[in-house]
Amino acid sequence: MGKVRADAGPFARRPDNSAFKQQRLPAWSPSLTPYTVLPVFYFLALVCVLLGVWLLITVQNTHQLKIDYTDAGACATCAEMRNDPTKAKMNCDCVINFNVPKTFQGDVFIYYGLINFHQNLRRYIKSRDDDQLVGRKNSLKSPSSYCEPFAYDENAVPIAPCGAVANSMFNDSFTLTYHPPAGAAVNVPLYRKGITWYTDKNVKFRNPSTNTTLQQAFQGTAQPPFWQKPVYELDLDHPNNNGFINDDLIVWMREAAFPNFKKLYGILNRAHTTFSYGLPEGNYSIAINYNFPVQYFQGRKEVVLSTVSWFGGQNHFLPIAYLVSGGLIFIVAIVLTAVYVKVGRSGKNMEE
Amino acid sequence: KKKRDATIELSKWSEEGKRQTRRHGGQRKTKMSNFARALSTTRRIGGDNPNRHYANNKIKTTKYTLLSFIPKNLFEQFHRFANVYFVFIALLNFVPVVNAFQPELALAPVVFILSVTAIKDLWEDYRRHRSDKEINHLDCLVYSRSERCYVEQYWKEVRVGDFIRLRCNEILPADVLLLSSSDPDRLCHIETATLDGETNLKQRQVVRSFIDLDAEFDPLKYNSVIECEKPNNDLNRFRGYIIHRNGRRDGLYKDNLLLRGCTIRNTEEAVGIVIYAGHETKAMLNNNGPRYKRSKLERQMNVDVFWCVIILLVMCLFSAIGHGLWMYQYGDKRPVFDVLSPEGTDLSPVVSAIYLFLTMIIVFQVLIPISLFVSIEIVKICQVFFIHQDMELYDEETDSHLQCRALNITEDLGQMQYIFSDKTGTLTENKMVFRRCTVAGVEYSHDANARRLAMYQEVDSEEEECLSHGGTLPRRESLCSQHSGKVVLRSQSTKSHRRTGSRAEAKRASILSKHTAFSSPMEKDITPDPQLLDKVNDCGSQMEFMRFHSQLLNQIPPDLCDVFDFFIALTICNTVVVSSPNQPRQKVRRFELKSPVKTIEDFIKRFTPSRLTSGSNSSSSSSLTTNRSSSQRACSSMLSSPSAESTLTKLNEEHFPGQGLQQAFSPVPPNYDQAKASAPDKCELRYEAESPDEAALVYAARAYKCSLVGRLPDQVTVELPHLGKLTFELLHTLGFDSTRKRMSVVVRHPLTEQITVYTKGADSVIMDLVRPPSDDSKGKRQRKILFKTQNYLNLYAADGLRTLCIAKKVLSKEEYAGWLRCHLEAETAIQGREELLFESALRLETDLHLLGATGIEDRLQDGVPETIAALRRAGLQIWVLTGDKQETAINIAYACKLLDPEEEIITLNAESQVQPNPFLVHRLGLVIDGRTLAYALDKSLEDKFLAVARSCRSVLCCRSTPLQKSMVVKLVRNKLKVMTLAIGDGANDVSMIQVADVGVGISGQEGMQAVMASDFALPRFQYLQKLLLVHGHWCYSRLANMILYFFYKNAMFVALIFWYQFYCGFSGSAMIDQWYLIFFNLMFSAFPQLITGTLDKDVSAETLQELPQLYMSGQNSEEYKPYMFWMNMIDAFYQSLICFFIPYFAYADSNVDLFTWGTPITTLALFTILLHLGIETKTWTWMNWTSIAFSIVLFFMVALCYNASCPTCYSPSNPYWTMERLLGDPLFYLMCIITPIAALLPRYALLHLTVLRTLTIVFMYESVCKYSFCLLALMLNECSFGSFAIQFQNYGLLIKFHVIGVFGLWLFIKIIPGPICRDFGLGLSYSKTQTNTRQVLQDLTQ
Repeated sequence: MGKVRADAGPFARRPDNSAFKQQRLPAWSPSLTPYTVLPVFYFLALVCVLLGVWLLITVQNTHQLKIDYTDAGACATCAEMRNDPTKAKMNCDCVINFNVPKTFQGDVFIYYGLINFHQNLRRYIKSRDDDQLVGRKNSLKSPSSYCEPFAYDENAVPIAPCGAVANSMFNDSFTLTYHPPAGAAVNVPLYRKGITWYTDKNVKFRNPSTNTTLQQAFQGTAQPPFWQKPVYELDLDHPNNNGFINDDLIVWMREAAFPNFKKLYGILNRAHTTFSYGLPEGNYSIAINYNFPVQYFQGRKEVVLSTVSWFGGQNHFLPIAYLVSGGLIFIVAIVLTAVYVKVGRSGKNMEE
Repeated sequence: KKKRDATIELSKWSEEGKRQTRRHGGQRKTKMSNFARALSTTRRIGGDNPNRHYANNKIKTTKYTLLSFIPKNLFEQFHRFANVYFVFIALLNFVPVVNAFQPELALAPVVFILSVTAIKDLWEDYRRHRSDKEINHLDCLVYSRSERCYVEQYWKEVRVGDFIRLRCNEILPADVLLLSSSDPDRLCHIETATLDGETNLKQRQVVRSFIDLDAEFDPLKYNSVIECEKPNNDLNRFRGYIIHRNGRRDGLYKDNLLLRGCTIRNTEEAVGIVIYAGHETKAMLNNNGPRYKRSKLERQMNVDVFWCVIILLVMCLFSAIGHGLWMYQYGDKRPVFDVLSPEGTDLSPVVSAIYLFLTMIIVFQVLIPISLFVSIEIVKICQVFFIHQDMELYDEETDSHLQCRALNITEDLGQMQYIFSDKTGTLTENKMVFRRCTVAGVEYSHDANARRLAMYQEVDSEEEECLSHGGTLPRRESLCSQHSGKVVLRSQSTKSHRRTGSRAEAKRASILSKHTAFSSPMEKDITPDPQLLDKVNDCGSQMEFMRFHSQLLNQIPPDLCDVFDFFIALTICNTVVVSSPNQPRQKVRRFELKSPVKTIEDFIKRFTPSRLTSGSNSSSSSSLTTNRSSSQRACSSMLSSPSAESTLTKLNEEHFPGQGLQQAFSPVPPNYDQAKASAPDKCELRYEAESPDEAALVYAARAYKCSLVGRLPDQVTVELPHLGKLTFELLHTLGFDSTRKRMSVVVRHPLTEQITVYTKGADSVIMDLVRPPSDDSKGKRQRKILFKTQNYLNLYAADGLRTLCIAKKVLSKEEYAGWLRCHLEAETAIQGREELLFESALRLETDLHLLGATGIEDRLQDGVPETIAALRRAGLQIWVLTGDKQETAINIAYACKLLDPEEEIITLNAESQVQPNPFLVHRLGLVIDGRTLAYALDKSLEDKFLAVARSCRSVLCCRSTPLQKSMVVKLVRNKLKVMTLAIGDGANDVSMIQVADVGVGISGQEGMQAVMASDFALPRFQYLQKLLLVHGHWCYSRLANMILYFFYKNAMFVALIFWYQFYCGFSGSAMIDQWYLIFFNLMFSAFPQLITGTLDKDVSAETLQELPQLYMSGQNSEEYKPYMFWMNMIDAFYQSLICFFIPYFAYADSNVDLFTWGTPITTLALFTILLHLGIETKTWTWMNWTSIAFSIVLFFMVALCYNASCPTCYSPSNPYWTMERLLGDPLFYLMCIITPIAALLPRYALLHLTVLRTLTIVFMYESVCKYSFCLLALMLNECSFGSFAIQFQNYGLLIKFHVIGVFGLWLFIKIIPGPICRDFGLGLSYSKTQTNTRQVLQDLTQ
């Protein structure tokens, strides 16, 4: 009612004869005839198989070596020490020898791996304060409630960095040594910096701005209870790698997706002539400053040496997935073709 | 400024009013007590007080005010359980121990959904507000006491008790009591199309006490109090009293009331007093908004929503237990990553399991599709829009299209199983055409008329042919000119009536039909039967002769008399109003205005000669009554009483009463030439009848030159051959009602001066009321006539004609006086007036003299047989429930192919029970009449009745009352658990329409009651086919698929998080960021499914109409069976497994972080879900493409912006820069390729298997066709056995091949089981083709 129609003629209420209103929009109906369907299947199968083969070849050229040092060899004593609450704070070092059977060509990444460490636990993930890590003064002194119960220490001093994530930071350190068949052992040089996302290092993690030293900036905060040294002394070798922008901290703070994970520890510095092509085959030893306790949650620790391909580390799953899918599609296509050939004569009538 | 004056005026008035009230106070009280008993609810309206306490005329149909909108709307929305649930979940987030998301963010979807609904409500309310405002600000003339004249005011300022002046073509602002009219008869004509859809004019009368006012009505002099009923919504009832100052009371009836919304017609000016205003008007009280029903699909969906809740709880419980166990395995020594409670205390596994349960409910809430309800609503609105817009459901003739009155049961249209249809007006056009009649036992077959009607159709079909052959206009004419010129003319006029006509013609017809109800050219053109015409002429000339030669009229032979009376009865025994379109109603100011006899005094006055002497105002009518002796001598024999002298004197007197009379009564009987000269003038008369039968009969009579010329409340003017115009004094009209099934008029015959009753009604009733013939010779003749007439009636019925009997009765004055007394008592009675009037009518209509009977054809609507055939092929059971008699109903049923001649018909009548053995006959039709139906609907018998009815192909219930109709529908619906649709057009179908799952009203001839009660209103029965087969199917399949898809989508998305729980210690972490989790359903994946749900066509409209069998998929709920929900769930879980584990293994043993791993999963899920929709989509329009592209672009835009915008927001976890990095990661793209392929491979492969299945079916179908064709060819062409043998050898090889082929393919079909293919909701059209094939196969084997 109300609205006076401009065309109040005898056909005022006749609906518009537009394609949309009459539901006659030009439409493409996928015609599901064997002539259209089977080529799609064969094409998909071909693409998948080809991609799979290519990926497989690529993956075959990557190398990976895992050294579980949780209680291996000399580290067994350290493991026991870590298990014993009375000796928890004592320093422990151990050395593990291993052999690299084939030269790791190209960039070699050194990771530490943790097994059965649930960094993805809901209560754990939440237990951090990004505002603090980005260097906000307020948050530094009054951490977010998410950090509870690691927001303040017993003396009600705010903890920096607060929260369970930071508190549980992995604190073993490794020194890798190459023992060439001839000559003296060579320390494998590692880049310990530049192992984080650029945005993390430059945007997401900032130290509290200060004109004086970092130590003063963190004045009035406590170190996390499990830590052995304060946040501004994490890397004594590189003064710029301290505080919240310490690479190890940043790497740790990026919570892993699975309970078994590895995190980047360093990248082989290929400036050294011995390692300019990568990690040569031969004997190596790794000296571990063994601090991080894992036994009481049935965890394992390992060091992983790996080269990467253009689509990631050594992982055979994706090529295999492509090959299997391609194969399956191919089988389905064959079946469909077989069925079609049997009744094929009438296929031409489908058009009707 | 004028407005302000008016307000002041009002205040003045109120003072006046108070005084008035005081003045009348005491008097009124006493009357109240009398009244209170009579009318339990009354209202009083003092004439000139403003009646402030009554509602004013301002209407407000809005639900909300600006202030109350938010609380009221929220309150209404929380009536929906789902909303409460989602708010509860959102609020749960504010509890820190269990929260899963940012509380504010978690509120977002609920707030979004609520606000979308609120905005929709607000918009609707605003539209109502605007139209209210527009209506409230219409102008009308209201009497202003200060200015002593009528001033313009807005409608909203009109108050109860105001005097309103109405002009022609004005719309009434309120319910108004008519006090004065410029019409000389004190009548006012109104058109009530907006109220009840009836386009004929209705007469309203000025309140009796004001009839005699000669001068113009002066509101200042008005000084009475009105008492009337409380406002109610009964359009056909109004009772009250007007109490004058002197204490006299006059009754008020519905004839005095002009209703709001009606239009004044044919009346220059009228004045009335407002009785009901604003929301208390009958129009507003009748205006109840759209109806809400819950569709079958929605009921089914709710069951599955319930299952979703169960799944959700199981998943949460599983996680909770898992988490408890996970914590338990570490014993007392807590791992470093297991964080203590904020207080630093240890959480016991049990407590944390309980907390986790609540957290999981929040995390998994998406499983209960929050947006499903909103999406369904949106899709339904779109569906309604498209149904509205369908050109094929638009009727040019009436300029009306389909109306969906119930907005939320569109998909029920696709699931109907039983159709219950009314006959008259639904299957038939309800445009009556006079076909034949019998008078005094002689049949006049009107062959010429029949031929002419046949010609109409022939010409029509030929013209169609011409047109279809590309014939241009000249060619068409040349072809048509083969017929006589007359036929051409007629054919064109008919064509304008039939819908095959061109646009212009249809336009003309529609314009025409707007002004005159029930007057199609078909009805008007009647070729008289020559024999009967002769008789009529004969009779007329004889009468004329006798009149001039002062002979007694009873010398005319009785059969001629009967013919004469028969036509008079046809002409006057009705309520047809005559109008002339060219000039305004020709008004003749008469000397005296008289209503039908209303009081005994009136009667005595009118029927005593003293009147003549005292007659200061002698009139034509009184002059007719001059001869007292004649009326006294009136006896029951017809036309015998008046002496020639008296008749002559009367006729002579008639010549001179006044100028006006000379026009009303032609003094000299017109000779034939004159009549012919005036013929075109006569043709212009238009008849407006309440029922189409009446119009048909009046037109029929006109064909015999007996035409109705004018009708006033107290007299009817008829033009007769030779006799010229005669005026019958109309004493009473006893209107038609469905229990009496007849109507009568009581008139004084101008020629005989007798008081004559003419009755017209259903044959069964009239035949019972006919006076039993005596034993003398006259009686013998009577008996013979009765017998013959009954025979002819049976014959008519067998031809499918509607039969009416015409009878008359002559009353002696004493008899009349005796009856009149009772009748007047009945008329003035307050309580039970209707019943008393009914009884009074029964008393009068006895001992009738049968004049004859008529057969009227109620033509089938266009395309009814085809529609019924198509609907039946669609597996719909069609029952026809009609009030008509059995024979007529059966014939119509045959005509519309409801019954098949090959069918064995079981007729159930209370007296006779013919029941062939149902096991012998395949096709059965059941015919049952009303009386038997009453038994059949008895509790003890209803099961048996249903059992019989179910085994029948068609069921026909005749002579059924409205109540029985609804009981039948209810019985079938409740006992058989089927979806029922009732379709009807009249008030008698309303109860049936309301009971059925879907009620359809035909917005055609018989008013709007059926439409008002219906869910869908169709202009024609024919459109039911497209509505059900195409729109119903589409709506159903679209919605069913959308709902299934919704369940799938949510389950698939939620399952991703569920799988992750196995890797995060069942701690409720989600690798999908909360933003994606919350907005995934709401934004990223919402649009494509809405588009598909609105636009997708699984089968094209053409195919659906060609293969009605496809409709069966909806009937059997094949698109959405309960197990399909589970198959979709399984598919969802499979797909989520793929989407979860491909990224899992691809990133396993790497240094991936939570969101760098979770974001690709979200992306993959989105791709998979969209591709899944793509597989489900059968037709791709640009909108589908756009919506999918939009979804993807939107996702990436939001992800990129969100990931780049804020490194610390939404702490503690935020996926800063994740998407940006992923886009540079080849692994991401590799996963994007493989995951959707792997996830959708099973579904896609199955889809193609169904394709191949269809292939085989098509192949098989073809072979069977060929095979049977061979056999058919053999049987048809080669009759002899010898040639058969030879042919068999020829065909032998072919047959062998096909037999083998068919066998092999049967096996193949068995190998690929159909249900599995359909389980995934796949290949809808293919499974339908299968149904179709099966059907064909069955037909072939039979």
